[in-house]
Amino acid sequence: MIRVGVVGLGKMGLSHLSMIRAHPDVTVGAVVDSTAYLLDILAKYTAAVAYSNYEEMLDTANVDAVIIATPTKYHFEMVEKALDRGIHVFCEKPLCLTSKESLALADLANRKSLVNQVGYHNRFVGTFQEVHRLLQQETIGRVSRVLVEAYGPVVLKAKGSTWRSRKSEGGGCLYDYAAHPVDLLTWYLGAPAAVGGTALGKVFSAETHDQVSSTLFFPGGATGQLSVDWSDESYRKMTTRVTVWGSAGRIFADRQECQVYLRDTAVVPAGYTSGWNVRYTTDLTDPVWFYLRGEEYSAQLDHFVQRAMGREVQGVNTFSSAAITDRILEMLTTDDGSGPTTFQDEAPLQNGAADVVGAGRSGRRIARRTQNVAGRFRAAAAAFRSGGA
Amino acid sequence: MDKLLFGDNQFFGVNHMSEEKARAQAMQFQDLDAVMSVLTSAYDAGITTFMCTTHDRVSEICDHVRSQPERFSDFTFHPCMPYAHKYANAVTENGILGALRKFLPDEGFLNAAVRGGKSFAKKDIEGIITLLVDAEMTMFRGLSTPVIWLQNVVVDLLLGLQFDDAFKIFSDHVKQRYNAEPGFITMNLPMLLNTLRVVGLQNPLVCSNINKIGFRMSGGIEAYRNVLEKHDFRAVAMSVFASGAIPPGEAIEWIFEQPNIEAIVFGASNRSHILSTQALVDKMVARPRI
Repeated sequence: MIRVGVVGLGKMGLSHLSMIRAHPDVTVGAVVDSTAYLLDILAKYTAAVAYSNYEEMLDTANVDAVIIATPTKYHFEMVEKALDRGIHVFCEKPLCLTSKESLALADLANRKSLVNQVGYHNRFVGTFQEVHRLLQQETIGRVSRVLVEAYGPVVLKAKGSTWRSRKSEGGGCLYDYAAHPVDLLTWYLGAPAAVGGTALGKVFSAETHDQVSSTLFFPGGATGQLSVDWSDESYRKMTTRVTVWGSAGRIFADRQECQVYLRDTAVVPAGYTSGWNVRYTTDLTDPVWFYLRGEEYSAQLDHFVQRAMGREVQGVNTFSSAAITDRILEMLTTDDGSGPTTFQDEAPLQNGAADVVGAGRSGRRIARRTQNVAGRFRAAAAAFRSGGA
Repeated sequence: MDKLLFGDNQFFGVNHMSEEKARAQAMQFQDLDAVMSVLTSAYDAGITTFMCTTHDRVSEICDHVRSQPERFSDFTFHPCMPYAHKYANAVTENGILGALRKFLPDEGFLNAAVRGGKSFAKKDIEGIITLLVDAEMTMFRGLSTPVIWLQNVVVDLLLGLQFDDAFKIFSDHVKQRYNAEPGFITMNLPMLLNTLRVVGLQNPLVCSNINKIGFRMSGGIEAYRNVLEKHDFRAVAMSVFASGAIPPGEAIEWIFEQPNIEAIVFGASNRSHILSTQALVDKMVARPRI
């Protein structure tokens, strides 16, 4: 048995609380929120031990682990305080607003041998796990391109009063929504060497953005395309899907099904044949102890609980892996800010930036940009290496 | 209760097997005429109970049925509340309290002052729950609603939170104000039955996934079998085909081998599928018991 504290009682926090309270190996020792109203109701009707002060809870509730589901801007400080006290941490995604902070937390957790996990639940979806398994086995040969998409109805009008509408708090489609498909991409292909062509588009949001598109360049030569829109009301709920093209076939997956086309050249895995194969969620999903809103949400919490009980620091969705995703979110923001090559710009010469210098104002601009971009990519790659990601 | 109840997933783009199919169905049923055509086929085949969410579009179906009282004299609704996505999206946008305020009826704050004495201010959850139920029930005014269901997302959220009083509050309100039988939809049947027993709900009506492959039957197929045999609740089975993973004949035959299942909810997007499911059930009903 472990004692768990649940911190932040929004939509994710409440659903985590419900699932974890039903877990046979868990006692919920505390709930924490800044809204006294909700705390009072939970205390009155569910006998929850309620705290409005996070540190007081850490110091007095005697919990082994915390589940943190507060707005992203609070994550770093809250996670650090828990780790400092020797408490295992499950934190909602994204881990931090900067990859530097995420790497620092990963380092701290690893040094103290504490279990750490981030809520990228797609890695617990049966169909997406099947894609991972097939890619690990190189079933479709050399991967050349991956398209990850996420669409859904979140911001449907020009208004919004919560932290999700404020960029400074980790709101916006990139951090709040695109983080999921980005994380899937890194699960499948690892850390990218570079990103380009990023456009963070607005549909309704004033302070932040509602659409993300970009290309990620991976070390082996593969590219990943990202297409995300949280202002698309033609979708009933968030829909994430992935398409992978390889030299020996193609894989498409969403939450419900995994469609695989294998060429004659593919090494066909057991249970598959050449040509079309379809696997459904009903085949690919393991049962869970308690179902609230999808097996993956239950399964990720169970993974955390089992790891915490066994003090297994390694596992799925560690802080180190979430730091890669956070780094990409930064790269996408920077790339969007630097803007595209314009129609008026002259084409850069084959021999590189140095030859362009002196070729006029636009040429110099390109030269500067080329050098800046190259420098940034080198810095990014160095940061990853030094972070051990 | 009828042996076969007609569900509404197909009308609102819900398909647990394929998102492509879900979208094709959302397109197919964009017009009310297409929805009513399928519902009328079911009704004319003798499947007169429509178990539906409180999706905004259901109010159009309600209006249609209300407008032809003779044509639809036996038409029965089993409202399942709430349509969770409208709340979930509102919580994302407005926070939990903001969403609650948004969905309480306009009369809500006034009414709340009367009902239970300023429910909101006093954190009187009974007043809030009953107001939300009333808001969801508005569209069914004047129609037959002998059973009112609480959706699984809400039931299971409350179950996990150990918010046990809510089940009793819902049950009492549905009985008293609507003279209806309360029903509970869940993905965690054995666990829910324990809780309902603890709060004193006798022989409750509970709908859950029951299918041959154990799909979304949390607690395990054996535990489901045990509670069905004990029979201290009224069982309604949904997802009997496990979203198409089990061939229809095999799925229905297995359901009839299980003890004490009172009714089956199913969805279909055309008349021939309705009739073929009905034929399978009729065949099993007519089969001599051993």
